[in-house]
Amino acid sequence: MSCWETVQAYALRSLGIGERLLPRGEIGLCEQITLIGSGLIWNIYFGALALFFGFFFAVALAVGKSARARLIRKPAEWFIFVFRGSPLFIQFFLAYFLLVRLPDEIVIGASVTDISWLTTPFARAWLGALIVLFLNTSAYAGEIFYGALQSVPKGDLEAADAYGMTGFKRFRRVTYPTMLRLAWPAYTNEAIFLFHATTLVYFSGFPAFRQQGDALYYASYFADRTFNPFVPYPIVAAYFIVLTLLVILAFGAVNRHLNRHLPTERRARLRYRPNLIR
Amino acid sequence: MFEFCADPSALEGAPWVACYLTNGVHLNFYQSFLTVLILLAITAPVSLAFGFVGASASRSRVPPLRWLGTLYTAMVRGVPDIVFFLFFVIALDQALEWVNHQIRCPDWDEPIRQGANFLVCQAAKIPLSSAPQWVHETYNFFIAVFTFAIVFGAFAANVLQGAMRAVPRAQMETAEAYGMTRRQAFWRILVPQMWIYALPGLSNLWMILIKATPLLFLLGVEDIVYWARELGGSRTSQYAYPHPDWRMWYFLALLVFYLGFTKVSEVVLARVTRRLSHGQATAGGDAQRKAAA
Repeated sequence: MSCWETVQAYALRSLGIGERLLPRGEIGLCEQITLIGSGLIWNIYFGALALFFGFFFAVALAVGKSARARLIRKPAEWFIFVFRGSPLFIQFFLAYFLLVRLPDEIVIGASVTDISWLTTPFARAWLGALIVLFLNTSAYAGEIFYGALQSVPKGDLEAADAYGMTGFKRFRRVTYPTMLRLAWPAYTNEAIFLFHATTLVYFSGFPAFRQQGDALYYASYFADRTFNPFVPYPIVAAYFIVLTLLVILAFGAVNRHLNRHLPTERRARLRYRPNLIR
Repeated sequence: MFEFCADPSALEGAPWVACYLTNGVHLNFYQSFLTVLILLAITAPVSLAFGFVGASASRSRVPPLRWLGTLYTAMVRGVPDIVFFLFFVIALDQALEWVNHQIRCPDWDEPIRQGANFLVCQAAKIPLSSAPQWVHETYNFFIAVFTFAIVFGAFAANVLQGAMRAVPRAQMETAEAYGMTRRQAFWRILVPQMWIYALPGLSNLWMILIKATPLLFLLGVEDIVYWARELGGSRTSQYAYPHPDWRMWYFLALLVFYLGFTKVSEVVLARVTRRLSHGQATAGGDAQRKAAA
């Protein structure tokens, strides 16, 4: 098989399009690069969607954690503590067994109606793992936004008061933009590490359905098959370095937009400070 | 464990639970918590040492040494660490066997990499295939510990590098004015002062290290995740203690264990920070001085 044919056969293999069987026998560089790249689609899918939905929930959590009412503050605090204080790996396992078992419990409790059409997607990685990643990144980003919310300059709020802005209007016009601007460099790191964390999905409880996995899943498949870790893992590493650079580029553009009203020397710089494993 | 556990099928309620939780396999499960704690106890100081060497190397005046230090600290950025975990375990294992192979079987003429196989002579296998099970397990565990130490050493090097830079320049200038050599200034001025700057980063790293321990499972060590999966799976009535799929509850227990562990660590680290801030020229140290006055 020529390299171009391999690309045609395996470029979308992780989505179930193309060749059914994974390459056996002769495994060259081309097969490895194509298939691992195909797996990267899942990493981007998990990362991008969790980040998008997580953003809104994180803002809500941050506002909740800084609320004065105990009834709002305590749940937000606990949510953030639980998801930041425990390993993501364990969260994946717990969620998987919860989502697999729960349907049975419900059926026993209520009646014999078959609700598997509703519950099976939750036990699959594309939805189940996405929910876990969404909750996890919400908690981490919520803490970042909470910290930023605490450091919104007092003068800004006083100025808003002076203009007679209160409640939601003050939040939307003054607090929120400043919070976002202050939090953005840290939030960029969170985004990078969320993408890194997506590699855990297929190594935890969630099985790779019909061998449709992410980049690391295919890399470890090749490493097991060829017994040579020196090719597939550097390929994954290279893909992720590119992905990281793209994230920094995109978030850097947003950062410039958020800081555009400030004099140059007061602008917050994006600094890449790893938050590592979760 | 208890006298009344002789016939589990006759038990019900609390005695059943007591017997169930103290049977042989559960004792293995509790022991695996010890495995995690041992891993933390070995990895933390070793990776701190690796980090210290890496950070000092990246400050070195010898260019190759500096490049090596910088490469080490930059290594973990941009790439998911789990890639390193999966990579190092195989790479390390193969490297050790290869070296051993060169020493023990110098007259071996076949290539070591034959297609999809990695073949070394029987005498070079680590551990020897005739070795008892516990040797294999211990070897796996130490390979895992070493992998953790390398990866977290790189993270620690990052933190320490920043801390060394954070020590006020005036302190080093004073050392130079006193006629100290570079080495003396490093050991007597820089190293004692850098810890307070490194502490926030190191405590963060400790939290992350705790949360990374379940990855031991991926490295083939029989850790708490392994046992939770084993024990939680449903048991038919052929077993002494039949039960449905309880993995959910086992992992809930692990979650609680980790939450408790992080909480305790948080409290202890806050206390250490207070101790180390004492007498330092930082905001924290200044606040302590004012409170005392």
